[in-house]
Amino acid sequence: MTDTLQLCTFVLGELAFGVEVKHVQEVMRFQPLTRVPLASSNVRGILNLRGQIVTAIDVRARLGLPPLSDAQEPMNVVLRTADGVVSLLVDDIGDVLEVGAADFERAPETLAAVLRDIVHGVYKLERRLLLLLDVTRVVALKETGDTDASSVGDAA
Amino acid sequence: MAVEDDEIMREFLLESRENLLGLDRDFVALEQNPRDRAILSRIFRCVHTIKGTSGFLNLPALEKLTHIGETQLSRLRDGEILLDTHATSALLAMVDAVRRVLTSLETTGAEGGEDFTSIIAELAKIGQSVPAAAPVAAAAPVPAPTRETPPAPEAKPQVTPAPASPAPAAPASPAPAFPTAVEAPAEPAVPNVAETAIRVDVALLDRVMNLVGELVLARNQILQYGARSTDTALVNASQRLNLLTTELQACAMKTRMQPIGNVWNRFPRVVRDLANVCGKSVHLELEGSNTELDRSIIEAIKDPLIHAVRNAIDHGIENAERRVLAGKPPQGRLRLRAYHGGGQVNIEVSDDGGGINVEKVRARAVERGLVASERAQRMNERDLLQLIFLPGFSTAESVSLVSGRGVGMDVVKFNIEKVGGTVDIASRFGHGTTLKIKIPLTLAIIPALLVTSGGERFAIPQVNLLELVRLEGAASRRGIESLHGTPLYRLRGNLLPLVFLNEVLDLPGPGPHADVVNIVVVQADEQKFGLVVDGISDTEEIVVKPLGKELKQLAVFAGATIMGDGHVALIIDVLGLARRAHVVSPTRERTLEERPVSAPASGVHREPMLVFRARGDARMALPLALVSRLEELAPSRVERAGGRDVVQYRGGVMPLLWLVDDRSRATRMTREHPLHVVVFTEGGRSVGLVVDEISDVIEEEVHVQAHAGSADLLGIAVLAGRVTDLLDVRGLIERHEPGFFDRRGAAA
Repeated sequence: MTDTLQLCTFVLGELAFGVEVKHVQEVMRFQPLTRVPLASSNVRGILNLRGQIVTAIDVRARLGLPPLSDAQEPMNVVLRTADGVVSLLVDDIGDVLEVGAADFERAPETLAAVLRDIVHGVYKLERRLLLLLDVTRVVALKETGDTDASSVGDAA
Repeated sequence: MAVEDDEIMREFLLESRENLLGLDRDFVALEQNPRDRAILSRIFRCVHTIKGTSGFLNLPALEKLTHIGETQLSRLRDGEILLDTHATSALLAMVDAVRRVLTSLETTGAEGGEDFTSIIAELAKIGQSVPAAAPVAAAAPVPAPTRETPPAPEAKPQVTPAPASPAPAAPASPAPAFPTAVEAPAEPAVPNVAETAIRVDVALLDRVMNLVGELVLARNQILQYGARSTDTALVNASQRLNLLTTELQACAMKTRMQPIGNVWNRFPRVVRDLANVCGKSVHLELEGSNTELDRSIIEAIKDPLIHAVRNAIDHGIENAERRVLAGKPPQGRLRLRAYHGGGQVNIEVSDDGGGINVEKVRARAVERGLVASERAQRMNERDLLQLIFLPGFSTAESVSLVSGRGVGMDVVKFNIEKVGGTVDIASRFGHGTTLKIKIPLTLAIIPALLVTSGGERFAIPQVNLLELVRLEGAASRRGIESLHGTPLYRLRGNLLPLVFLNEVLDLPGPGPHADVVNIVVVQADEQKFGLVVDGISDTEEIVVKPLGKELKQLAVFAGATIMGDGHVALIIDVLGLARRAHVVSPTRERTLEERPVSAPASGVHREPMLVFRARGDARMALPLALVSRLEELAPSRVERAGGRDVVQYRGGVMPLLWLVDDRSRATRMTREHPLHVVVFTEGGRSVGLVVDEISDVIEEEVHVQAHAGSADLLGIAVLAGRVTDLLDVRGLIERHEPGFFDRRGAAA
């Protein structure tokens, strides 16, 4: 079948995610981050990727999961998006898997809204379910606007 | 083969574009000095080159167009005919047509089917046209001398230019005898430029710049490592690397620099055309064409500058009759000046035209609803001039072809501010206007002050920096007057609003026992304020990097930079921060916010108010923006003059207005306690308002309620939960000091 996709996989808590390899620029160990005050809580900070400033998105926070314990350092999955390079902070990196279109199913309506918001659908693998991440959705941060909008409101 | 042709074509386009830029300037210079053979030869060479290459590249339309141009130019150069306005216009039309063909070649690869017959016909007329086209030429007053020449076109004219002309090639007199022979020596002059300069793709330069930035960081890491090492070879090598990198960085920066003359080249033509359209005569002076600026900035200021020049010619400079009536020379003067100063590039556009009538500006601003009429009356000349930068403002009496559609100075200001620059305007009614633009040398690397707050490092661009204040020990506790949540610091007697960086950014504050207060005095859009930070480290040249799109909405940050240790620090956008912290809004916002306020005595607005006690126990307030200083004066300094109380103040005499009852005044004068004086200064004059006590500065929504109790009051309002009288300072001062807020009134 030509309808196969190569997915770079990673885990967050109990959940397994996949993102198309064509979006992935690289995978890195945790890097020191600079906190960005006033930014959305989903933004963990910014980091220096060979001279380029890259925003690190805390996917756990995005999904409303509790933060990792201090002992555990997250990994960076660096994505190339239409709006530039963005890094996703995830618990751990998995293998690159080849998945077939036949196993794909749209996200069920009963899936938690935060989760359904950032995935295209689910691949039914033999041992587990793999969520296909929607790259544009996961980097779109609704909350960022709010922080600044509130200040604008105050000023008016 | 095809690839080679492409190469040649690209080379041809680039070269022709450059040559055409020079042509515009030359033509205009030539019109003023029609016999300058050096200029004529240069123009001729340029058109000749284009013609030659277009023949070679098989571009028939371009060849035909430039051929006739070349023929006429050679006659001009050889003095057979003299240049007049018609000839200049026809030749400029040809240059424009050539430019259109080049654009078409660039975009479509073909010449484009434009019909040039009329242009060619006009060009053809240049020579023989003079007697025949006399009625046409009569429209312009200039060609008078030309009409005299035709009877003996070959003998007369070149006798006169000979001594003045610097023509390097040959003595001027024999030239007309061999008109064709001159073409040959002209040729080799063209490739000279190419021998010392090459064209480089800008994208490549940008990459070099980025890589050098990276190299600088790698160098910094090596240096840190080298500093710990005992290996002398490594230390030496790293130091050498340090020197080389610094030098390389400077050189790489330079590759992006261009003289501002590259933009200015277009101006003689722009000015000439505009002046013609407006029926005015304008002499353009360019000063400092060699001043260098970063390429990206040159691009950014091009349009604003053209806009400013347009404004100056269309609205600033008067027509000849009005100028003569005003006692000025009939020809207007427009001066563009550029120079480096204070780590910035300064550009001035000044004209000797009619200047700006501030009364008209005031009326216009009110009419357009840009500012409440009550506030407009209170504004001084300088503030009024700033209104010109408001969107939708235009003082032109009518919409002209050239400008006056209400898009104007606000766009200029916006575009200049976008590249971190500032615009200021100064004008003397009747004498002219000067627009002062200050822009950074480069956008890529800026000097910045590094500070810490809440455990994070931040960079504050040097352009916004005014001074640093450090309060230690007891001074740190007494220095900041935290009044009802609005902290203020008295900087040499002036009230400086304070902003705590950690509070604005939601960061943890320093410990409660911090004994030192660091105030970074900054300025954004005319507004001065003090930024309180935990620590101040150093000034450094930082490389500005953009933030990702996810963070772009955060107006408090202008970008980020990578420090020597590889960590990232955020760059503070002082203007954005000021807005977030609600420091008194800049004029633009203040006026816009005030728009919904219909009547001065009722409505809601928000601005910092100075609250004080006066007239016994009354709690009163007035807008802090009007106050220039708060002073404490010893009663012994009060003297009597002209039946009033005055003090000697800052080299002048300041009248005092007592806002306390007579009994209280008498007791105050006999005591040792200082008098609390609120000082207002306008146009060099000061008035002091003596109050019982300064209590507070409050910024909250002011709900004014009409109140007829006293003539001195605008109304009453509830401020900080207490009923407060709003003092009509303007009215009060005007009653005692007529014309105080209006300098012309005072002079009359």
